Amino acid sequence: MFLPLFWTYLKIGTFTVGGGYAMLPLIQREVVDRQGWIDEKEFLNMIALAQAAPGLIAVNSAIFIGWRVGGWRGVCGAVLGAVLPSFLIILAIAMVFQDWKELPAVEAAFKGIRPAVVALIAAPQFKMAKSAIKAKGEGTKGERSLAYNLWPLALSLAAALLIWLGHVNPVWVILATIIITLIAVSIQHSAFRK
Amino acid sequence: MLYLQLFISFFKIGLFGFGGGLAILSLIQMEVEAHGWMTQQEFVDIVAVSQVTPGPFGINCATYVGYTTAGIWGSILATTAIVLPSLIIMLAICKAYFWLSNKFQGNPYYEQTLRMLRFTVIGLIVSAALMLIKPTNFIDTTSWIIFGVVALLTVLPNFISQKSKVESQKVPTGTPIKRMTEILSHPILLIILAGVAGYCIYR
Repeated sequence: MFLPLFWTYLKIGTFTVGGGYAMLPLIQREVVDRQGWIDEKEFLNMIALAQAAPGLIAVNSAIFIGWRVGGWRGVCGAVLGAVLPSFLIILAIAMVFQDWKELPAVEAAFKGIRPAVVALIAAPQFKMAKSAIKAKGEGTKGERSLAYNLWPLALSLAAALLIWLGHVNPVWVILATIIITLIAVSIQHSAFRK
Repeated sequence: MLYLQLFISFFKIGLFGFGGGLAILSLIQMEVEAHGWMTQQEFVDIVAVSQVTPGPFGINCATYVGYTTAGIWGSILATTAIVLPSLIIMLAICKAYFWLSNKFQGNPYYEQTLRMLRFTVIGLIVSAALMLIKPTNFIDTTSWIIFGVVALLTVLPNFISQKSKVESQKVPTGTPIKRMTEILSHPILLIILAGVAGYCIYR
């Protein structure tokens, strides 16, 4: 099962621009619809697990599907296929970029691109925040309440400020989020029991 | 020593990079800056290159940083290091898959932690953007105009789609205006347009 998985993921890796999330529909088409390696329900479970686990979503999904379909060989094939196109393309770019950068035309173009990139990083977070908050008609009434959504938004803001102004390593912010949430949930639970 | 530093840094990025994609940005930024492997400008440039080339962003960054600091072996090492934590954790998840899918669904500890991490990751990405607002990237007023236009075009479909929700009961395929704003919000197109604008203005 090394080669089939390798080819499938090589195809997916070569034709998706824009990172892991852009890969998901393509993975679904190849792995679920065309090859029939796993079914729809397992695919959705896979996405949930690949997102919950740390690391790159594309790589996580390759490992999961590789393992389910072809064991160790499957994992090696899928991961190599997912990583290789982007590795080779960036390697080629890195080799010439140092020289090209000095060209006046390239320099001018990048002067325009840099502020655009900052906007492309920041602006999609608006949509992310919107989809993370339960809107009208979604979830329970408690899940739509102000308190339920205000705290996590304050957390987003605190995380941004701690890293931006406090120069705190993001690793600590992530660990703190996990620990504080676990404590908060356990306090909530013991309060319910009383 | 450099190889070891590269390995540790990118292993750490792979281990704590929750949320995928841009979420990993601030982690990479912190590591790369701490070791002086890249300037702010170079970092933005590689993000731009990543947005228009195929593949996951983390792999692109690992390959680029690895190559510029320690050559081809450096790029192989950094890429392996960022994949390794995924490999260990995902294989453990796969082995425990049936046990996991029963235990974790509906578990409040698990679900709330994931929910909160989603919000933290938003903060992480915003901080990455804030750290990039520097005179090296924003050289004049024109830079801010480009920033404003790109940001506006990116968020615009969110507002249009909300309005067309009511209309979509009558017209199921979505309005042409909505489709146009969606095309205009595509990051590859926006980067190319910004590049063309930069070439015309700063040449």
